[in-house]
Amino acid sequence: MSKVHDRGGWSDAGFIDKTEHDLAMWEKNLMAVCSACAAHFNVDEFRRAIEDIEPDTYETLSYFERWVIALETLLIQKGVLTLEEIDQKMKVFEARTNRQHLPDLAVSHRQGGHNDSQI
Amino acid sequence: MHNHDHDADAHSLIAEDPELSFYAKRAAAIEALLIEKGMVTADNIRRRIEIMDSRTPAVGAQVVAKAWVDPDFRTRLLANAKAAVAELDIEVESPNLVAVENTVGIHNVIVCTLCSCYPTVLLGASPGWYKSLEYRARVVVDARGVLREFGLELDEEVQVRVYDSTAEMRYIVIPQRPDGTEHMSEEELAALITRDSMIGVARARTPAGEMES
Repeated sequence: MSKVHDRGGWSDAGFIDKTEHDLAMWEKNLMAVCSACAAHFNVDEFRRAIEDIEPDTYETLSYFERWVIALETLLIQKGVLTLEEIDQKMKVFEARTNRQHLPDLAVSHRQGGHNDSQI
Repeated sequence: MHNHDHDADAHSLIAEDPELSFYAKRAAAIEALLIEKGMVTADNIRRRIEIMDSRTPAVGAQVVAKAWVDPDFRTRLLANAKAAVAELDIEVESPNLVAVENTVGIHNVIVCTLCSCYPTVLLGASPGWYKSLEYRARVVVDARGVLREFGLELDEEVQVRVYDSTAEMRYIVIPQRPDGTEHMSEEELAALITRDSMIGVARARTPAGEMES
């Protein structure tokens, strides 16, 4: 049976948004992390994890947001990470965000970041 | 356990940017955990990003330009593209790469209806529209209409072939060499070969810099 990602021929698709934009830093990081996880899952498993996203949720997510869900799902299924530790890490990030202010973060971002070269 | 070395901190700080969406933070949390557990290093992530950034459509353009000027290479490229590009020290990660050639009577265009399979090594990161649900849905049922949206009007007698990529099978379009380029060097020709012309939603540029009509 055709699933939500299997888009070929869907009849209600509208105009194509041809706006060009560079990948965001977090998207590049995500791609790198996924490729670094090749020992834990292969590309077919990754696509299956995207396919398994609940259809209504799938429609509301951006392309790379679907990747985050697939990555998390697979790492948990494979026993690499647990949902609890990911939730816990999110809490740590959020607690620190609340204590800091933007200008410092902008500097850190550049230090930790990479230049957005042409794609 | 928290790892307070420099790299882990740098990544944590990215994650604390309040502008980041929930999913971007979630991705950063996963990355930070993998680094803490020693499953991946921040250095390795950085190197992977550098490699991604180094991949641009100029790599594909070099391949197409060579096919335009070197008939033997063209033959080898059409027979086995993965082996042919390896001659230029380009290593294609997918098991198969197929080059499809546009001619007077045939126009090719590539898509991945399932996700976003794309010849990244030759063209760099795929454009957003290539991954869009609209492009994936429509190009396989109304290729001419989609191409028209991209500003490419094809004569009725031109046959349009749409190639649906998979993880195992990637495609690249060899656009037609424009008229009036007989005197040009391989390097000059490469400058005419755009990303979109190698996806098949455009023609190569003409020497005057205009899109051939």
